[in-house]
Amino acid sequence: MTDPSGEKADARALLSLRNINMTFGGVKALKNVSFDVMPGEVHCLAGENGSGKSTLIKIITGVYRPASGAVIDYDGQTYSHMSPVTAQNGGIQVIWQDLALFPEMTVAENIAFQTLLGRWPRFVNYGRMRETAIRALKRLGVTLDVDLPLKEFPIAQRQIVAIARALVGEAKIVFMDEPTASLTQSETDHLLDIVRTLSASGVAVVFVSHRLAEVLEISSRLTVLRDGGLVGVYSTEGMTQSRITELMTGRTFDQHVRAQPKDANPVVLEVKNLTRPGQFEDVSFTVRRGETLGITGLLGAGRTELALSLFGMLKPHSGEVVLDGKPVRFSTNREAIEAGVAYLSEDRLSLGLIQPQSIADNLVIASLDGIRTNGLLSDERKRQLVAQWVADLGVKIGKQSDAISTLSGAISSASQSPNGWRPIRNF
Amino acid sequence: MRKIVQSHATEFALLAVIALISLFLSLATDRFFTLGNAFDLLNTSSVNIIFAVGLLVVLIAGGIDISFAVAASVVQYVAALLLESIGGGGWFSGLLIAAILGVALGAINALLIHRFKIISIVATIATFNIYFGLLMFFTRGVSIYNLPDWLTSRVILFEHEMADGSWVEITLPVLIMVACVISTWVLITRTTTGRQLYAFGDNPEGARRFGINVGGMQFIAFGWLGLMAGIAGLVQAHYAQEVVPNALYGRELDVLAAVVLGGARLGGGKGTVLGCVLGVLMISITQNGLNLMGVSPFAFKMIIGAIILVAITLSNTNIERLLPFMREGSRR
Ligand SMILES: Nc1ncnc2c1ncn2[C@@H]1O[C@H](COP(=O)(O)OP(=O)(O)OP(=O)(O)O)[C@@H](O)[C@H]1O
Ligand SMILES: [Mg+2]
Repeated sequence: MTDPSGEKADARALLSLRNINMTFGGVKALKNVSFDVMPGEVHCLAGENGSGKSTLIKIITGVYRPASGAVIDYDGQTYSHMSPVTAQNGGIQVIWQDLALFPEMTVAENIAFQTLLGRWPRFVNYGRMRETAIRALKRLGVTLDVDLPLKEFPIAQRQIVAIARALVGEAKIVFMDEPTASLTQSETDHLLDIVRTLSASGVAVVFVSHRLAEVLEISSRLTVLRDGGLVGVYSTEGMTQSRITELMTGRTFDQHVRAQPKDANPVVLEVKNLTRPGQFEDVSFTVRRGETLGITGLLGAGRTELALSLFGMLKPHSGEVVLDGKPVRFSTNREAIEAGVAYLSEDRLSLGLIQPQSIADNLVIASLDGIRTNGLLSDERKRQLVAQWVADLGVKIGKQSDAISTLSGAISSASQSPNGWRPIRNF
Repeated sequence: MRKIVQSHATEFALLAVIALISLFLSLATDRFFTLGNAFDLLNTSSVNIIFAVGLLVVLIAGGIDISFAVAASVVQYVAALLLESIGGGGWFSGLLIAAILGVALGAINALLIHRFKIISIVATIATFNIYFGLLMFFTRGVSIYNLPDWLTSRVILFEHEMADGSWVEITLPVLIMVACVISTWVLITRTTTGRQLYAFGDNPEGARRFGINVGGMQFIAFGWLGLMAGIAGLVQAHYAQEVVPNALYGRELDVLAAVVLGGARLGGGKGTVLGCVLGVLMISITQNGLNLMGVSPFAFKMIIGAIILVAITLSNTNIERLLPFMREGSRR
């Protein structure tokens, strides 16, 4: 391990950051962070949710301006802050955690978006754009109809579009902020292959992922952030998942914790022969109180449709759902919510949340009944309820009244109206 | 083919509605289905189409503007005074003055929205009131009738008498309208700036991360609408042969309805020039048909309101649901 605080920038580094500080309102998102990336290396940026990874990427790409005193050395130049245009012209590419795509535009335009940039108007060369897009997708081993608007595609394919977009430019360094979050195993494997190819051709890759196995497999060095501060820079050689977790959290964990069998608990949900032709057929399972059940399958295997059926948003064709011993047949999701079923959508950032509203309002949206007194919504009860949920979830937020869009990627998804939290019933 | 129908669902729905209305009107009246009437329609719709393509650009960029019609009145008035002071001028100087004034008024909106972070509907309701108030205050509601001769005399670029005795005429407003439509189409579909406008309207944060000049986008969108509004103002003065300060008051809502009808989305990122033109035409065709049928003008608004609702419903409904055969073989 090296301790980079106060150290001079490494001359061989492609990118080298010193004294990076960033404050949002009251929250110190980054505290005196340093970060170095060597040409062609795969470098993992690790840290718990809200530790400042995405913020660091936004500073490097010029979306945010760090507090004064920051030094950014990139490719032989020194900057006190970046701008998106300088970053892109210098070959910095990003796959954003929230993708930052344009749903109404075609896949081709989304992938070859770079060619549309520039200060002065030029004529658009749609033919070249299509070719560029098709070539980028081919590199990923994917074929998509590039003429369709992006909104026609499910989230996993949008993620692929976002990846393809980063491969278009003459990149020297590619930041990947949780690129595998909604990919299947085979798509992930393919992406990891591409990362290796990029790295072999001299392109540096900064990889952010919460899947530590992936991190260890792909990267050679590791920078760990905790609560906006730098923990250290490590070689992944000899590193284990439990050691990374320790570094990220500052606590030690017993790695052998396994889910306790819950066989003795009462059955909460029983699904019998549920069928929706063409999407899923004859699905049966039971879930006991306190249990976590994983439902897996390939893209298009009907997982989302099954979940939506249990949540009252799709109607199963046949079969039975028994909740708490009573057969139920939800015709709307409102009924499901009232019965205590919660649903967190796969596209958490756009479907599950009302972005401009406050954290507190987003949390209680599905539980408005629980904060009603005399028919009117009570701010006081909202405050109490939200405080309790935030404590239960153990997440870090600024003020309850901050907009939900200020939260880090994973924490904002955790805020999706947890109406299933039982406390609301006996509140 | 399926792809084209899918990606232009709104336009096809509108065409279908227009065809139905035209069919009905040509059965109900004998004057409707004549070439002469068709060109009449183009002549009378020119001003609204020019407004509409300007507004389209603002809607695509995610904004909205309530003030453009009143701004056009201001342009008319100021241009008329300026032209008088320079001794008359001509079409070239007239259009130039109208364009510059229009862009300036649009830029005021952009400034309020970008610099002072006022949301566009609020900013433009404010400028709507300010522009109109100033205009009425300074003109005391008095119209200008003695416009320069070049402005009030009809310019007919092409005319031809049909066998049925009706005249086919293409007038200058139509030519100007066509130029505005084509240049807007080129701007939003063929230039990088136009695509940046779409991207900005679609996902402002995404656009910002690419370093798209967000303020520039506002100025281009509102400046373009200002440009179109200025031109439309002059054309309207030419068409009406007078400048009446409140002549365009209220026009903004008709145009807005037509543009939204044409598939533009309040909220940005979506809309086409073709849809927008069809939207305006559909409303004018209906109005024209009702006129020919001798329906009381008081019933117009009601019927047009109803048609807007029907057409919007049609074009918002997924076309695949209306045409079940297309669902086969389409993507999962
Ligand atoms: N625009 C903003 N306004 C206010 N606070 C912000 C903003 N962006 C980030 N933050 C705060 O900064 C901290 C770091 O956020 P960041 O998104 O960088 O975390 P992260 O490491 O990427 O987490 P995750 O793994 O969940 O994506 C969080 O506490 C977050 O709430
Ligand atoms: Mg993040």
